[in-house]
Amino acid sequence: MIEQSENNATVQDPYQPWSGRILQCLSSVDHKEIGIMYLIMALLFFAVGGTEALLMRTQLAIADNHFLGPEAYNQIFTMHGVTMIFFVAMPALFGLMVYIIPLMIGANDMAFPRLNAFSFWITFFGGQLLYFSFAAGGAPNAGWFNYAPLNETFYSHSNGINYYCMGLLLAGIGSVTTAVNIVVTILTMRVEGMTLRRLPLFVWMSLVNSFLVLAALPSLNAALSMLLLDRLLDAHFFRTAAGGSALLWQHLFWVFGHPEVYIVILPAFGIYSEVFQVFSQKKIFGYAFIAASTVAIALLAFGVWVHHMFAVGLGNTITGFFAASSMLIGIPTGVKIFSWLATMYGGRIKLTVSMLFAVAFLIEFTIGGLSGIAFSIVPIDLQLTDTYFVVAHMHYVFVGGTVFGIFAALFYWFPKMSGRMLDETLGKWFFWLFVIGFNLTFFLQHFLGLMGMARRVYTYPEIPYYTILNMLSSAGAYIMGIATLLLLYNVYRSLKKGKIAGNDPWNAFTLEWYTASPPNEKNFDDVPLVSSRRALWDFKNPDNRDED
Amino acid sequence: MQNKLMMKLVVGSEAIFFIALIISYLFFWRTGHFQREVAEHLNIKLTGIFTLFLLSSSFTFWMAERSYKNQKDRSMKIWLLTTIVLGLVFLAGQGHEYYTLLQENLTISKSEFGSSFYTLTGFHGLHVFIGLIILTILLILAMRGIFRRNTSTVISTIGIYWHFVDAVWVVVFTVIYILPYIL
Repeated sequence: MIEQSENNATVQDPYQPWSGRILQCLSSVDHKEIGIMYLIMALLFFAVGGTEALLMRTQLAIADNHFLGPEAYNQIFTMHGVTMIFFVAMPALFGLMVYIIPLMIGANDMAFPRLNAFSFWITFFGGQLLYFSFAAGGAPNAGWFNYAPLNETFYSHSNGINYYCMGLLLAGIGSVTTAVNIVVTILTMRVEGMTLRRLPLFVWMSLVNSFLVLAALPSLNAALSMLLLDRLLDAHFFRTAAGGSALLWQHLFWVFGHPEVYIVILPAFGIYSEVFQVFSQKKIFGYAFIAASTVAIALLAFGVWVHHMFAVGLGNTITGFFAASSMLIGIPTGVKIFSWLATMYGGRIKLTVSMLFAVAFLIEFTIGGLSGIAFSIVPIDLQLTDTYFVVAHMHYVFVGGTVFGIFAALFYWFPKMSGRMLDETLGKWFFWLFVIGFNLTFFLQHFLGLMGMARRVYTYPEIPYYTILNMLSSAGAYIMGIATLLLLYNVYRSLKKGKIAGNDPWNAFTLEWYTASPPNEKNFDDVPLVSSRRALWDFKNPDNRDED
Repeated sequence: MQNKLMMKLVVGSEAIFFIALIISYLFFWRTGHFQREVAEHLNIKLTGIFTLFLLSSSFTFWMAERSYKNQKDRSMKIWLLTTIVLGLVFLAGQGHEYYTLLQENLTISKSEFGSSFYTLTGFHGLHVFIGLIILTILLILAMRGIFRRNTSTVISTIGIYWHFVDAVWVVVFTVIYILPYIL
């Protein structure tokens, strides 16, 4: 098996010049190569967005600092948010989905390979266009949710927000086309025997997630088009001085924006569902509950957006309704957390780096979930809105949920993608440094927020505890930075001389581990018979097959 | 099967895009002067006639699809061509309407009505235009004899899009042109 993967001419031909290999990659329509290009893109933007975060934390390390001026600071926090959400989290998850889904369902490619390449490139160039704004007179500077009328030319003269609109429109088209591709692939290309009730949970979540993308992104695209018309052709949509409405932007944005935060968490939930099973060597607990609660989350996603707008003052009836619906989200999410805990219970737990991230996720995400429930209580929201408590909350769910999920996936699937194991010792250093740095940075920000420190302001005066808490928070950010460098080194070293993985290094349950590592250009020559949710388990244990 | 499912998903997503635009249009309705501006500027009869052209293009496309299934190559091409011509007439009508409105100094930057009207109808027109490009490609392929056998799903897939564009116009026309007279 090992020989087979090393002689794999399409992936690793030692005689092919590197320029030829790059050209082959650029023109590729193979889902595995596109998936890896997505991941590389996410990594590049992660480096950029992370640098922006470090610049901000450097500025905020001490009171009355003038390392960055207000103009630069506004651009950098905006770009940090936009980059991390649209050009790190989404491409990384799309990359994993595009790579893994066909393998998990026993297919040889996506339903529309060329559309797949199109989706990647348009997302990639969307990101380039966004960053070109730095060269074209200034980056967008009105925050990632870009509120009206601050986003209008009168308040933001540079071209930055035009680039924001166009970059996100391109990326939005890419997301929608990928989602279409994923749905069609899952619904039409499953190997015989793999009914919807036997889909691996990662595939299930990706399916639900793709419908979320299809339903949520159009609202953003409409808002961006209208904003672009405002800025370029003097339309009146969001220009309050000319009769437009700032509120309309908020509604259109958050009707997209709230589902968007689930778009970046649901695939991660899928990843955890696979990781918990494999590293507990136990079947998932409550398969149907996990799948059904995902659907519940997706439906609720469209009924909670006003909780981002409590401070607007829409009246008690409306805020009361949305406060209640927001609290409901806790139920399906809690169902999942308990299912994962129950999966671990009584299992033979192996604390690999992947599993460590999954376990850490349970804790961090619960903290983020609890501060989220706190925000659904309107009086608390009114007190804490636009403070560092918000920053702490959303980083606990974005980093503790999505980014940990991506790291768990990286350590879990790296052997499949490269044929070599990621070094576990270096990986554990990376894990502990990152988790400690992360909690140092963001846990303290809860207190800063409670003390009233406003977010998105480039500096702060000498107030008791502000400096020390901010200094520690910045130190945590640097620890995360160092951890990330360690991860990059780990990837580099493991690609060169990591342990050879073989087909199935984790004794896993799903079909991607049946084929070679890395898979040949044609994923499968044959696929074992699927008669349960753990097709590969059945194949390896013919006397002890699963019932369902 | 795959093609049609893909197009249905695209159309579903596009429908939400138009819903967002329509809601924005209705959102600005509350400013109160939409009824007056519609009565003042829009020619419901003329646009109604052009609407009939677009609606009949759905019928002709359906005929083209039927001819294709019955392997009547020649009549399929004729129906396709008719569909394209009808779509072009609709777009010409929209161009004429825009021209008249601009003559009356109703621009996108004139008022909330101008902004919402041009954006909503403009995005619909863009979809008609894209549809016409696709139909033209389809016609060229048909001329080259690509669709000799009646097994391809391409025509019915594009049909989903074309009928969708028509359906959107029915809603848009109702909201913009008819609703002010009812309410």
